[in-house]
This record gives sequence, structure tokens and C-alpha cells, in this order.
Amino acid sequence: MSITVRNVSKRFGNFAALDRVSVDVPGGSLVALLGPSGSGKTTLLRIIAGLEVADEGEVHCAGEDITRQRPGERNMGFVFQHYALFRHMSVLENVAFALRVRGRPESSIQERVRQLLHLVRLDGLERRYPSQLSGGQRQRVALARALAAEPRVLLLDEPFGALDAKVRQELRQWLRHLHDDIGVTSLFVTHDQEEAFEVADQVVVMQRGRVEQTGTPQEVFEHPANAFVMDFLGNVNVFHGRVQSGRARFGSLAYPCPEYQYEEERSAAVYVRPHELEIDRNATGEGSLPARVQHVIAAGSVAKIQVLVADSGQDLAIEMSRERLAELKLQAGDSVYVFPRRAHVFCGEYCI
Amino acid sequence: MHEFATTLLEPEPVAAHSTGKDHEQALLAKPLAGRAQLRRGAEDPPLVRWALTLTAILILTFLVIIPVANVFAQALIDGPGVYWHNLVADADTRHAIVLTLTVALVAVVLNVIFGVAAARVIARFRFPGRTLLVTLIDIPFSVSPVVAGLCFVLLFGLQGFFGGWLQEHGIKVLFATPGLILATSFVTFPFVARELIPVMEAIGPDEELAALRLGASGWQIFWRVTMPNIKWGLLYGVILCNARAMGEFGAVYVVSGHIAGSTDTMPLRVERLFQESQSAASFAVASVLTLLALVTLALKVGLERQTRRQIEQGSESKFQGEH
Amino acid sequence: MSTANQRVLPGFSLSLGYTLFYLTLLVLIPLGACFVKASSLTFDQFWATVWSERACNAYALTFGAAFIAAFVNCLIGLLLAWVLVRYEFPMKRYFDAIVDLPLALPTAVAGLVYASLYVPNGWLGQVLVPLGIEAAYTRLGIVLVLIFTGLPFVVRTVQPVLENFDPEVEEAAASLGATRWQTFRRVLFPGLVPALLTGFALALARGLGEYGSVVFISGNIQNQTEIAPFLIVAKLEEFKYGEATALAIVLLVFSLVLLGLINLLERWSKKHA
Repeated sequence: MSITVRNVSKRFGNFAALDRVSVDVPGGSLVALLGPSGSGKTTLLRIIAGLEVADEGEVHCAGEDITRQRPGERNMGFVFQHYALFRHMSVLENVAFALRVRGRPESSIQERVRQLLHLVRLDGLERRYPSQLSGGQRQRVALARALAAEPRVLLLDEPFGALDAKVRQELRQWLRHLHDDIGVTSLFVTHDQEEAFEVADQVVVMQRGRVEQTGTPQEVFEHPANAFVMDFLGNVNVFHGRVQSGRARFGSLAYPCPEYQYEEERSAAVYVRPHELEIDRNATGEGSLPARVQHVIAAGSVAKIQVLVADSGQDLAIEMSRERLAELKLQAGDSVYVFPRRAHVFCGEYCI
Repeated sequence: MHEFATTLLEPEPVAAHSTGKDHEQALLAKPLAGRAQLRRGAEDPPLVRWALTLTAILILTFLVIIPVANVFAQALIDGPGVYWHNLVADADTRHAIVLTLTVALVAVVLNVIFGVAAARVIARFRFPGRTLLVTLIDIPFSVSPVVAGLCFVLLFGLQGFFGGWLQEHGIKVLFATPGLILATSFVTFPFVARELIPVMEAIGPDEELAALRLGASGWQIFWRVTMPNIKWGLLYGVILCNARAMGEFGAVYVVSGHIAGSTDTMPLRVERLFQESQSAASFAVASVLTLLALVTLALKVGLERQTRRQIEQGSESKFQGEH
Repeated sequence: MSTANQRVLPGFSLSLGYTLFYLTLLVLIPLGACFVKASSLTFDQFWATVWSERACNAYALTFGAAFIAAFVNCLIGLLLAWVLVRYEFPMKRYFDAIVDLPLALPTAVAGLVYASLYVPNGWLGQVLVPLGIEAAYTRLGIVLVLIFTGLPFVVRTVQPVLENFDPEVEEAAASLGATRWQTFRRVLFPGLVPALLTGFALALARGLGEYGSVVFISGNIQNQTEIAPFLIVAKLEEFKYGEATALAIVLLVFSLVLLGLINLLERWSKKHA
């Protein structure tokens, strides 16, 4: 079932947690709310769940206005960051909770709990208590509990935040598969772009209580709407330069940017991702910067090279395949030329 | 409470680490301060809130506030002049006040020395029978004061185990001040120790170990490191101990023999005046005791804040020491 | 921490030595005297005292009143703790502070003032006595004054547990469709049970031994409003030390059992917290 958030605002004292936010979550999709801490993503999730009341705006679910409904009436599954399991209840009682408070017959409850525990791969752990489970197991109990009453929507707050790296990796894959199996509309909050890209169909990038961009992971990564999104989604090299009539100039480089057709010169920031910077031994054509290799890290799936631009003294991070590195035989102290294969130019607004 | 004590004795780094984490979480939570009040899922409907708050206030009013007000109203029923006269002019009442102060002072001093020693041994050392010792210290809390008094009568009374010997040597314990002190010390026995054990455990032994490494002697460590660290907790224990010592009735009643002008403490004086139907005089003495109780409460609230701060500082410095 | 590590600090034997010396002198020897004296009675003497009609009535009253008062304290204590932790209202700090008054106020004063409040011309008696509610010199009065003396125990054991509850757990229950009442009964209350039981046991222990406050309000009528501690004092005043000791031993054993129970409860609640 789809969720539509319209112009929702929320303040905590003087702090604007959300500022006229609108988000569409299509039915059956898996959407990530991505942003740094304090961006309002968790508050938005809590407002959708009904745990927080919006100051302004509306929340709709499958076309129905649910803005005023209490959390229990919304029938949404919510998975808390620290799971919030009922510690004096066994796994079975935790998962059965939503069914018992609805007064379902005990026989059907047992059956449903068994199904759910099978779904989250916790068969046989019915009698355990939360304190006897590992972090990953607790996470899955929380998920099963949230799914018990067949919620219209599943909401997850930093679902992998409290787990260690390896378990996290496994659970990501597993959540994706689970979603593909049961197809419930899901919305999760994360501050980890890798996690969002790996799991979600759609990513909503948030900052300071606003939505900066919405799109598929590829769209957002390839065509960031602004400098913040560009900067937030992975490492980036920034050049400060000027734009005029569709061309950006920085140092001795020029780069076409047809979207900025200003008559007069304006200052701009040019963003280049490390893998989009090219290194060569010789100057190529019009646009390349002379630089010196500072440091080469060849360990890992890609090689990382740190160079110092000769005239501006700027440090640049560059990534290339290990084959290419072997070809170039780069070593610290070598003189090289650097040029961008691709760049993003942002004029005015946000700058680092 | 004692379990709390033992858990804190587990390896320190864990505790220090968690403090650090909490600290970080507190910092992270700051921009969202005030959220707690806005949690809709954890909030009661306003009607329930109102009804429960009102009931709670009513209960406290009937159980506590009205009785306290009544003490002063009854004491002052014949005007302040009579009130003052009731307190000061009666030689037996005057004697009761002095006796109460004396007995309380001695009992508190005795229990402070014991409390510090017991807290130190329980909070700083592991030895067989430690848990048993902690339980034994609690005994006077659960024993009826009357039974406590009886025990001393059995020991020092004329038919008692030491009664004959004491009489031969002309020493009066029962129906005299020493008996009052013993009985009072018994019932107030656990107060200081019970307050100090958690305080000492929360502060931890690091500073004392550091002083030891720097070459301080045992007494130097005690006076310069231990005592300054526990002073607020100690004062807190002293205040509670003192309140109970001044107010003790049952145990003292049994060992006192109830001799006016000799072994009547203030609570006993209250009872005697009440039996003699001198209601205003009885309430006058009671009002002084009530006033003491109110002062005790005020000090207690203030000290609770101090001790909490001291413990927080203690664990914070431990956390910093970790890094 | 190993034993060796713990003994690094100096003064172990002095501290332990003094602790044991003082404990033995002030607590163990007197209590021992009570047991030694009791053991000098024959079983028939002991039984005749403890099982007399007067003693049975006194015990029944003492246990009954202390039990009822402790139970009422559980209800009141839970309510007070809930309100003090969850809600904001004017002068809350002062209401919080006066919960401890029964610990600071001498029991004799409590007894005195409760007696005078509920007599027919007292502040509350004026209203209650015409309604047929007589508290002064009745069993009701004994229960009332025991509720007063036991008031802080449940509040102060439940309060910290409530404060440490994670609000997310309640939100989880709410989002799973539980009503507020269901959340309280199924999620919060089970977590409070150990603290409530501990508070109950503490209030009960206090109520069993209470003497100072009760003698004022009970009237001490044989077989009706005479509590066990009063009976012990009465026997002492008749110099019947043996009978007093026999009566005391029963109370003492119950106190010690309760103390052990409280220790177990505290351990249990720590494990669940």
C-alpha cells in the first residue's frame, strides 16, 4: 500500500526537524530515507507511524488520510533501532503480542508465529528470551513481531545500526530477499549510503529537515540534484572555479556545463569523484593539471592514489583499477597530469 | 540493593565504557531535547493523567500533609505563649530534649565509625562470607524495635545474663543512659553503612590505588582520598541515622524504665504527656520532632543531588582515565 | 577482580576486624541472648505462651494489619511512583520529597497525631465518625497508621524501575495495536512485579515490628486491638521475661525469614532489570 506524505512540518522547540516535507512511497516498494544525523529522517518515520504528531501537513496511506490516527489504528509494523523487544516475554510471546492484543484465537496465533519464525529463520527459538539471543537474532525477532499482524506498511529505523559489520552485510541481503518474498511496502531509515543503495528501490536523500532528492540509487548517484547530495554520497574532490556561458573554468581546466548560460562570470564548485579523475604521464590536450604523486595505496580491490596539484597545492584523491596502476607504474614523487573524465558543476548555493 | 553493589564490583572497564557511551548518547540526543514529552505512543490520555495526579495528591494530603499540619495546630492551640512555656518551663521536657540529643550524638558517632569500616571492607575487598556480612548488617532493619529492646533487657536486666555482675560492680546499663544508647545504636545500626556501600562502589578504588602507588600510607589514603570522596554520602547517612535515633520509640521504651527527668527521651516524653492528658504539651514536644523531620527531609533532598553529582564526577574521571 | 588484586589496599584486617567486633557486640550477642533465653524454656512453656488465646489474637492482628497495610501500600505506591515519574504538575518536587516523611518522622509523633485526627472531634473524625467510620482505637486505625509508616517503601523501590523503562518499548506496544491499558498490563506491569514485591516485603517487615505509632491509636484492648509487640512489652512490665522472650522469638523468626526473602527478591529484580 502506498504512503504519501504532504507538506509535513515538525518543530522541537526552536529546532525545525522537518520543514514542509513531501514524500511518495509507491505500494510494494522498498524505500530508503537517507541522510546525516539530525536530518529529520527518523522524525519523518515516526510521524508516518503515528508515534509523533506533525505540526502541519498530512499523511495518507492507500489514499486514506491517517494524519489523526493513533499508532495502533494505523496497522503499520515498526522496527526500532534498538529493537525494543519485551524482555520479560519469550520470542513466541513477543511475536504473538500484536495478535493477542487483537484477541485472535490462540490456535491461529501459534500457527502464525511458527510461520513468521520460519520466515525470519528462527525456527525452534520460541522459548528463548531476548537476553539469550544475539544482536542479529533480536533484529529478526523485532521484524517478525512487526510483521505478525500483517501490517499495511513496514517501517524500520536504522535497522542495521546496532549490528557489527559482518552481520550487517548478511542482514541487508536477507532483508532485500524478504521484501521480494512478501512484497510489503517498506520504508527504512539509514545514514549509510552504501546500505541505501544496496537494499532500496528508491532513495530519499534528506538534509536539515528537507528532502534534497528522490530517485533510484543510480539516478541519485549519477545525477545528484545538488552539491549536498553529491557530497553526501561518497568521496568527492572539489575545485573552486568560475562559470560563464556554459563553461566552467578551474585552474588550467575547462569543463562544459550547458545548464549555466550566464553572461557574466559566477563562482562555482566543481565536484569530481575519485574514480572519475584520470591520471596520465603526459599532458593530454587542453585540460590537464600538472601534479605530483604523494602516496599510492595498492591494497584493496581498487588502487587509491593521493596527488598534490602543482600550482594550487590542492590534494586530490584518485581511484583506478589495479591493472591501470600496474600499467602506469606510479610511485610516490612521480610527476603526472590529472584531468576529469566527468564532473558536476554547482553554481551558487551549497559549498563545502 | 546489595546485588547492585556486587555488580559494580565487576571489572571496571565495562562500567567506564558504558558511561562513555551514555555520555555520547546524551550529546547526540541534545538537539532533540524535549522529545520525551512528545512521545505519543507512551503517553496517557489527559483524563487519565488528571485523575491519577489528583488521586495521588489527595492520598499524600490525607496521609502526610494533614497530619503534619495537625501537629502544629494542636501544639499552638492555646497560643504561642503556652507553646513556649510547654517546651521550656517543664524541667522534665527540658531534660528529655538534652537526653535525646546526647543519646543521638553518641549513637551516630558509634555507627559512623562502624559504617565507614563496614562500607570499606565490603566495597573494597573480596573475602569469604562477604554476602553474609551484608545481610547481617541489615538485621536491625527488620527486627521489631521492641524485640531489640527485649534483647538488651535479657542481657543487662537484673535477671539477665550480665545483670548480677553489673550490679555487684555498681554499673547501671538498663534504665539509664548507656541502655538508651545501646538500644538506639541497635536500631540505627545499618543506616550509615547502607548509604556508604553503594557510594564507595560507584566511585571505585582507582584513586585509592593511585595514592597507594604514589607511596601514601593506609591512614593517609583514608583521610586524604577516601573520606573526601565519600563525605556527602556519609553526611546523608548521618542525617538519616540521626533522624531515626532521635525518633526511636519502641526499643528505647523497653530499656528506659520510663523514669521522668531521668530516662525519658523526647518521643517517650510525648507518650507520657499524652497519657497524662496534657495534649498541648505533648504536641509541643511532637512539633519539635516534626520540625526535625522536615529539616531532615530538606537536607536529604539537597544531599541526594550532591551525592549524585559526586558519583557522576567519579565515574566521569574514570572514563577519561580510560583514554 | 581477583582476591589478590583486591587485597592490595591496606587496612583490610583492621576494617574487617572492627566491623565484625561491633556487629557481634551490638547485634549478634543481644539476638543470641534472646535465642539462648528462649532455649531455656521447655517446649510446653513456650507453646503455652505462644498459643494462648491472647497471643494468637495479637499475632493475627499484627500479621493481618501489616499484610493489609503492605498491600494497600503496593497500590498507593504504584500510583504515586507512576504519577511522580510520568507526569508534570505544580510543586511536584515537594510532593516527591514528602513521600519520605514517614521515614524521618518519629513513629510516636505519627501515632499521636493519627489518634487525634480520627477521634470524634478531630479534624478528620468530625467528618468520618458520623459516617460510621471510626479509626481511633480500632483496627482500622492500626492499618491506617501502618499504611503511613510503610508509605515510602513501595514508592522508592518502584520509582527507579519506572524511570529506567525504555519509552521505545511502550511505543512498540502502541504500534503493535495495544491500547494504553493493554500496554500497562502486559508490558509494563510484569517488569514492575519484582520491585513491587520487594516494596511489599519491606513494608510488611516494618509493619510487623511497628510499635511506637500503633500504641497511640490502637487503644490496646486485649484480644481486640492489642498487637504482638505491645503484648511483649506488657509481659516485660509484669517481669515475665520468659513469656516475653517466647513471644518475641516468633516475631524475630518471621523478621529474619522476611529479610532473607527481601534479599532474594532484590537479587531477582536486579537480574530482570
